Amino acid sequence: MSALADALSSALGTDAEFDRSPHPSSVIRCTVPREKFAEAAGILKKAYALLAAEWAADETLLGRGFSVFACYRWGKEYLIVRSELPAEDPRFPSLTRKYLPAYRFERQIQSLMGVNPSDHPDMRPWIKLEDWPEDAFPLRKSFDGSKPLPRVDGEYQWSRAEGEGVYEIPVGPVHAGIIEPGHFRFQAVGEMVVNLEERLGYVHKGIEKRFESLSWEEGVKLAGRVSGDTTVAHAIAYCMALESMTGCSVPERAHWMRALLLERERIANHLGDIGGICNDAAFAFMLYQLSRLREVMLRTNDRLFGHRLIMDRVVPGGVGVDIDGPGKTEILSELNLIAKDFERLVQIYDDNPSLEDRVRDTGILTPRKAREICAVGIVARASGLNLDCRIFHPFPPYDRYHELELGVPVMITGDVHARTRVRIQEVRESIRITRWILDNMPGGAIASPFERPSPDTAGFAAVEGWRGEIIYWTQAGLQGEINRCMVRDPSSLNWIGLEQAIPGNIVPDFPLCNKSFNQSYSGHDL
Amino acid sequence: MIKILRQIFRTGIVTEPLHPGVDAGIRMSGRDLDETVRKRFRGSLTIRQVDAGSCNGCELEIHAINNSYYNCERFGIHFAASPRFADLLLVTGPVSRNMEIALRRTFDATPPPKMVVACGDCAIDGGVFRGGYAVMDGIANVIPVDCSIAGCPPPPDKILAALLQMTGQGKS
Repeated sequence: MSALADALSSALGTDAEFDRSPHPSSVIRCTVPREKFAEAAGILKKAYALLAAEWAADETLLGRGFSVFACYRWGKEYLIVRSELPAEDPRFPSLTRKYLPAYRFERQIQSLMGVNPSDHPDMRPWIKLEDWPEDAFPLRKSFDGSKPLPRVDGEYQWSRAEGEGVYEIPVGPVHAGIIEPGHFRFQAVGEMVVNLEERLGYVHKGIEKRFESLSWEEGVKLAGRVSGDTTVAHAIAYCMALESMTGCSVPERAHWMRALLLERERIANHLGDIGGICNDAAFAFMLYQLSRLREVMLRTNDRLFGHRLIMDRVVPGGVGVDIDGPGKTEILSELNLIAKDFERLVQIYDDNPSLEDRVRDTGILTPRKAREICAVGIVARASGLNLDCRIFHPFPPYDRYHELELGVPVMITGDVHARTRVRIQEVRESIRITRWILDNMPGGAIASPFERPSPDTAGFAAVEGWRGEIIYWTQAGLQGEINRCMVRDPSSLNWIGLEQAIPGNIVPDFPLCNKSFNQSYSGHDL
Repeated sequence: MIKILRQIFRTGIVTEPLHPGVDAGIRMSGRDLDETVRKRFRGSLTIRQVDAGSCNGCELEIHAINNSYYNCERFGIHFAASPRFADLLLVTGPVSRNMEIALRRTFDATPPPKMVVACGDCAIDGGVFRGGYAVMDGIANVIPVDCSIAGCPPPPDKILAALLQMTGQGKS
């Protein structure tokens, strides 16, 4: 047994009913009566668990009502607590007072699934904007997803600040740059921000509903477009969740190829981000230099894998691309070039006091707050949380700890500088392990036949994308089709971190802070 | 400072001539652009990029036309922060329902004469998101489109070639 499961079974006794079926083996599953749903969260919080995700599923086609799920993580363990809710009265006790990030998850559950968290402090809709009909719950099976929704009148209640000299700055959804849309509302006094409220949902495309109309094989293409910058990691997470449903064994070489693509995606995005952060501190030199290195990587991707961002190259059962001797040599020489130039640029970053003046002590997310919002990925690691699925929840080759010796950088200052520094360190580490992967990659097949999942089974996967942990939870319906595919991008948790980091900073520093978080709008809005 | 200068000289000029073989693969819509309008924009084109629900893939590639390899500024193409300064709207995504109004307003805020380019497969017809309850299945269903660039996402050389072709600068 695990620490989390032990804590739960000793406190709840027979009320905690553990699912003993062999798949998915990577997560412990437990069902509790719905009155105990919040109590279970309290018990797990005392056992130091962090909330990783919360979602609901419509199981009416499976002959049940709704189910609500909460996924917790502690060290290497993942545990999913589930409660069944009757279709005619889908209510469950809210977790928001125990776990802060449940605040948005539950608003989202209410808005899109129509399952109601009781005792939730703020029931304004989330993702669903004010002009949606209130009773439209797109994730329900009874909802017809093929026709557009009518628009109705409505108003969003913004949080307000009042007092002498307090003014408000609304920004978005169309921003002043080549970035995704979202709305930010600042309350400021002079230059200092008193409060920031985010409203997201502008790029909501109904991805989770869309999955339900696709076959498992088609789904991977959509998963690769949940967030275009993280296409490899999302595709891997989707495929691994699917493979976990059947216990399908993926060839060793396919795993290694996935890791290779994943690390390339991490390096390319980090290079772009470090440049972007410097550019937002008015140091354009770094942006142009690092975009050049990024472009070199994307071109190698195009030559070797046939796509600059490596979309659609991960498939259920394995991968669709392989690498040969000349390809390996090409990557190695490309990495030598990048590593050399990168080190020179890091030196320039470190030497530049005017840059340091902007990035240090700006946009601080304290370790305490990071823990409270259950941050993941680079944001968590810059704020003292040592989390990385490549260590705590590895797939091959990451499970070879002693040979790989993967170093995970952790900083405690939680400012823009820390988030940049974590990225710098990760680029170095990813370059090193890419070389190691290329030198040690086993031979063999790159894909195994994909098996269809059996009816009413579930799958789970957690993968460390470049932003952080990505979670997929999949459920098969009665014909073995997709009944539900839950996507949790790291942004769902980390956007709250941005909101917490901004107050106390000056308004002109917002773009810099935002870039240092660089969360996905599309991955959050789905 | 000396390190910065050294790095600049070491890098040299990496900007490439636009590859003559690049087929922009653009589709012009029926809306015929006045030749004088095209001429006016030649050598000075200000773009406002609008993400109307894309996955961020197209944005990455649009960013890339700014990098030193493609260097769109040499053709007088640059990006503006406000639609009020823009000659051309470069729109990505299938138009999510939640962005429809914002996109219309951005279009209205852009002074005429203006051009609209739909960038990427989902901007053309909804792509992988087509047919959902929350998408409008393409830019042309919301605002008039002059030209579209296929690809998921279209690579930067293709985007740049299409922009040049629109203003009559490219090799047609």
